[in-house]
Amino acid sequence: MTASGLDAWRGVAAEGNEELTGQATIRLQRRSRRLLGSLLRPHHRTLWFAVVLLLLQNAAAMSGPYLVKVGIDRGIPAIDKGDGPTVLVVVTAAFLVAAVMEYLTKRAFLVTSGRVGQAVLYDLRTRVYDKFQRLSPAFHERYTSGRVISRLTSDVDALGELLDGGIDDLVLAALSVGSVGVILLFLDLPMGLVTLLSFPLLLLLSRWFRRNSAIAYRRTRESVALVIVHFVESLGGIRAVQAFRREPRNQEIFAALNNDYRRANERAFKLIAIFAPGIKLIGNVTVAVVLVYGGYRVLGGHTEVGVLAAFLLYLRRFFEPMQELSMFYNSLQSASAALEKLSGVLEETPTVAEPHEPVPLPHATGRVDLDNVRFAYREAIVLPGLDLHVPAGQTVALVGATGAGKSTVARLVARFYDPLEGSVRLDGIDMRDLAEKDLRRGVVMVTQENFLFSDTVAENIRFGRPEASDDDVEAAARAIGAHEFIAALPDGYDTDIGKRGGRLSAGQRQLVAFARAFLGDPAVLILDEATSSLDIPSERLVQRALRTILADRTALIIAHRLSTVEIADRVLVLEQGRIVEDGSPAELVSGGGDYAGLHQAWADSLV
Amino acid sequence: MSTGRLRRRSSLHSLWRIRSYVRPYAHQMLLMTAAAGIAVGASIVVPLITRSVVDGPISHGDRSGLVPLGLLALALGVLEAGLVFVRRWVQSYAALGMETALRDDLYAKLQGLPVAFHDKWQTGQLLSRATTDLSTIRRFLSFGLVFLIINIATFVTVIALLVHLYAPLAVLVAAAAVPLFLISRNLSKAYLDTSRRVQDQQGDLATLVEESAVGVRVIRSFGRRDHVGHQFRSGARTLHDSAVDKATLVARFWSLFDLVPSVTLGGVLLLGSLAVTEDAMSLGDLVAFVSLMLMLVWPIESLGWILANAQEAMTAADRVYDVFDTESEIVDRPGAVDVGAAEGHLRFEGVGFSYASSSHPVLRRVDLEVRPGETLAIVGVTGSGKTTLTSLVPRLYDVTAGRITLDGRDIRDIRLTSLRRLVSSAFEDATLFSSSVRDNLTLGHSDASEDEVSEALEIAQATFVHDLPWGLDTRIGEQGLSLSGGQRQRLALARAVLGRPSVLVLDDPLSALDVHTESLVEEALRRVLSRTTALLVVHRPSTVALADRVALLEHGTITAVGTHSELMETLPSYRAVLSQHAEEVTAR
Ligand SMILES: Nc1ncnc2c1ncn2[C@@H]1O[C@H](COP(=O)(O)OP(=O)(O)OP(=O)(O)O)[C@@H](O)[C@H]1O
Ligand SMILES: Nc1ncnc2c1ncn2[C@@H]1O[C@H](COP(=O)(O)OP(=O)(O)OP(=O)(O)O)[C@@H](O)[C@H]1O
Ligand SMILES: [Mg+2]
Ligand SMILES: [Mg+2]
Repeated sequence: MTASGLDAWRGVAAEGNEELTGQATIRLQRRSRRLLGSLLRPHHRTLWFAVVLLLLQNAAAMSGPYLVKVGIDRGIPAIDKGDGPTVLVVVTAAFLVAAVMEYLTKRAFLVTSGRVGQAVLYDLRTRVYDKFQRLSPAFHERYTSGRVISRLTSDVDALGELLDGGIDDLVLAALSVGSVGVILLFLDLPMGLVTLLSFPLLLLLSRWFRRNSAIAYRRTRESVALVIVHFVESLGGIRAVQAFRREPRNQEIFAALNNDYRRANERAFKLIAIFAPGIKLIGNVTVAVVLVYGGYRVLGGHTEVGVLAAFLLYLRRFFEPMQELSMFYNSLQSASAALEKLSGVLEETPTVAEPHEPVPLPHATGRVDLDNVRFAYREAIVLPGLDLHVPAGQTVALVGATGAGKSTVARLVARFYDPLEGSVRLDGIDMRDLAEKDLRRGVVMVTQENFLFSDTVAENIRFGRPEASDDDVEAAARAIGAHEFIAALPDGYDTDIGKRGGRLSAGQRQLVAFARAFLGDPAVLILDEATSSLDIPSERLVQRALRTILADRTALIIAHRLSTVEIADRVLVLEQGRIVEDGSPAELVSGGGDYAGLHQAWADSLV
Repeated sequence: MSTGRLRRRSSLHSLWRIRSYVRPYAHQMLLMTAAAGIAVGASIVVPLITRSVVDGPISHGDRSGLVPLGLLALALGVLEAGLVFVRRWVQSYAALGMETALRDDLYAKLQGLPVAFHDKWQTGQLLSRATTDLSTIRRFLSFGLVFLIINIATFVTVIALLVHLYAPLAVLVAAAAVPLFLISRNLSKAYLDTSRRVQDQQGDLATLVEESAVGVRVIRSFGRRDHVGHQFRSGARTLHDSAVDKATLVARFWSLFDLVPSVTLGGVLLLGSLAVTEDAMSLGDLVAFVSLMLMLVWPIESLGWILANAQEAMTAADRVYDVFDTESEIVDRPGAVDVGAAEGHLRFEGVGFSYASSSHPVLRRVDLEVRPGETLAIVGVTGSGKTTLTSLVPRLYDVTAGRITLDGRDIRDIRLTSLRRLVSSAFEDATLFSSSVRDNLTLGHSDASEDEVSEALEIAQATFVHDLPWGLDTRIGEQGLSLSGGQRQRLALARAVLGRPSVLVLDDPLSALDVHTESLVEEALRRVLSRTTALLVVHRPSTVALADRVALLEHGTITAVGTHSELMETLPSYRAVLSQHAEEVTAR
């Protein structure tokens, strides 16, 4: 793969090829049908009820024309004979009753099907959402947040459209096509057979449409996802976009993606623009053929005029619903493409999975062992073989050049990833055997990119322990010296901190993230540059707090400022994924190795 | 005026404003409507032909009349199918063209809106406007609008035919329009509110999704899957409930639209039969009347669907115009000039600033001067307003009092693109985009030469990019390779120094670097800083050494300016912020 031409700006990345073979297509479609089935299954009783309502509604609707006929045939002669309008009034009353019945059943049907449809969407949304939350960080890195959003919005909407419009049409249409087809054969077998000649054509056309529209709709799903990915990413970084005048370039990219989406849609729309009138054409031609053929048969004395008239009337009832069926088929195809994507997500297995039979660990003491851990994000090995044993209660500082693999070690200890080889253990138990909740109670990590939710300060801190009281929250904030600034916010702890905590300064965000982790009260606390944006006084407050906080728990601290490192019991120097020095700060400083050099440089930098 | 009516009027108005997007496709829209109209006509005529076949050639045993009529039916059938094809084919690019143009413009508008707007608006809400709402509008333009016209035309035509047959009864049928009108008016009030609620809640849910997708690591780190799952469920539940409300309303709507033609037919039956017995009309007329009337059933029934569609499009248009109508506050002033090069004399004159979300000013009466080529460090405690101060320079926000000048000219009098080319920044959090390393570096300077790129990489000590799988062509950012924190920060720094900006604004640019790398970067940076004006936010004494002078920001204003050693000696509050040695701290 090379980056060249117009698309060079994109850069090169290893990507999966999305072209599908026929076999794969069938598998995908089967998968999406299965998902649809499993979504509808819990509602099968309600669905039957809806079908009954529909039949009643149909019966009521059908009785209308019949009653008109009765009214004219019987009511008028009755009046003419001087019997008074009783018959007419009765018929009209019956007609009105039927109308009201139709109204009521239709309304009940729509309410019922609306409820089922929304319940199905709710079910699907929560299933997919939960799945995404279960999938490992490696998956999310590959998939990107924009795609997650696209799956849960635009793809779910596509199914919503299917459920919103036309289930009633589908059932009625299928019923009427089926029953009318039988009637046609009974009315006049040869003419019926001529009608049936249109069937192979209909099937061929439908098959053509299914094949091509599956591809087209799949492309719409993929291209809309790319539009969303770009939209979310570029508006998320709007500061940099504007400061670096990237708007024109972004606009170009967006227009190109938007145009791809348009083309994908256009392709699908054009297919339906051929398919729908195609069905209509087959129907219309059949009607004309039957008209002439039937005419000859009548003239030849093979059949009655009445039969031909009835046949032609029924023929319309046969082909008209086909049109609705074809529209339904179209929505189904569009929804299946979305379901393919969604079922794909649901079928993903988390690479960092929860064990089937977890080893219970209600109260971790905090011993952490990494045995011969080998790890790579992609091809390049980041940790070739790491051995690290941290007894419970020890505070370990991890230092080293940027890109040395410090955060990677931290992520492995927090089990964001599993090692390729070797094992990471908490209290002697392999993390792969620990239940998620035991692990998370035991290990909490403050990440380099501290993410805050758009909620109040208090709720953000409480995220560390949802059952914490307001007092607990405040105590945590006080402990790390964040109380002062929080109290000074317009609504104190109830201040909404906006999207990603944007209403706070960088240091304030770190303090909140820190308070959140502190409230979590884990046996192992990992701090990945948790104080990098703090000013020196705040940092000092945090350090003082750390001394007490870390007294009785294991800690892994990553920091570039050696002031933070000084509170550690033990320092590890990491170089290209290997531990090159290991000892207490004092030992290392006097040892004359890397750390001593670092320390010297740092001491010099202080005035 | 009631708020309901106000909303309806404004929604209708928003929808009406979409016309500027329809205009380029006016011909196509006409063609679509005409094709739909003729196709409906053809489909009405075909049954008439079959009837005349039965009544004519067949009853008269006229073989020769059969074929022409058959051919006519065939021709009409083909015509109808052909016209449906034309309508759909045209629609496939006309409707999508309008949707695409709207989306492009919406995105352009969003990119142009100031950072303050984006602080306030959730991405999910914006996204749901750009996707769901625009599709709703497209559906209305391609189907709803066309059939609204066709159905009304059918209604009027059929009524005219009915009047021709028997006027008194036709009046009865025409009167059916009154309940239809009342029903739609009544329900549309409730429906507009509900559909707006549904659309807003869809946006809220998208926001929740976006947040938990971006924050997935934090959620995992705290094991709060159930917690966010619960939040999502309650959001999805709310949406579910509103959507069910909407479905219930729709059910009422549509079933009433079914009821009206049925009841009318009942009335026609009763009164028509009486009229026949009175000899006011013939039996044949009544039959014709009834069968014509049956043709009205579908147009009336589908009117319910179309109106619902129209109202959704109205609320969607409303939501889209919420964005379009937001004034961009940060735009070129009239008479703003292009400035090619600047000496880099930056002055803050009585600058005050407060964020829209709080009345409390963050900056007050800031006076500051950075002379050409000088490097000024800004020092202050967390939350003192350093980032805010720096973001005023490239006009990410506009000052709310006073002014900032560059070479004596108010920066608001310089064209934005020009100002932002002169001023180059590195932010606290390194934002990288999903594109190649090179593209990320040359963001603001697409014309940068290879030498300039490698010089910038050298300065920021970011030569590690050459070791990436595809070197400078490797895609990074969310859709590419993830980098470590320090690697990202160095790239952001390289991007800022590239192209020798006149003014360099660096917000805590070395926070994620280890001591060794930091000193290497400082060394290299010194060379760059010697030739440009720079504003440098720092937390560490080591970085302060890069600056010629230091300004102390306290309580939203500059309280002291001087060299590091001066301030260190004379100012306890400065020592408190910058001294690493706890014993020197007297404050706190
Ligand atoms: N998610 C990822 N996918 C692929 N490669 C990664 C990922 N995260 C980090 N890397 C690469 O792995 C190496 C180690 O990264 P890591 O984040 O562990 O470094 P670090 O020591 O924490 O550095 P820093 O001090 O800059 O944060 C780097 O070369 C980096 O580019
Ligand atoms: N978008 C915003 N809306 C409202 N208030 C804000 C916003 N951004 C920042 N603030 C507030 O303005 C004050 C100054 O924030 P700023 O980010 O400028 O601080 P800072 O000096 O850069 O701090 P740090 O050293 O932590 O980065 C803070 O109290 C913060 O809460
Ligand atoms: Mg790191
Ligand atoms: Mg800041």
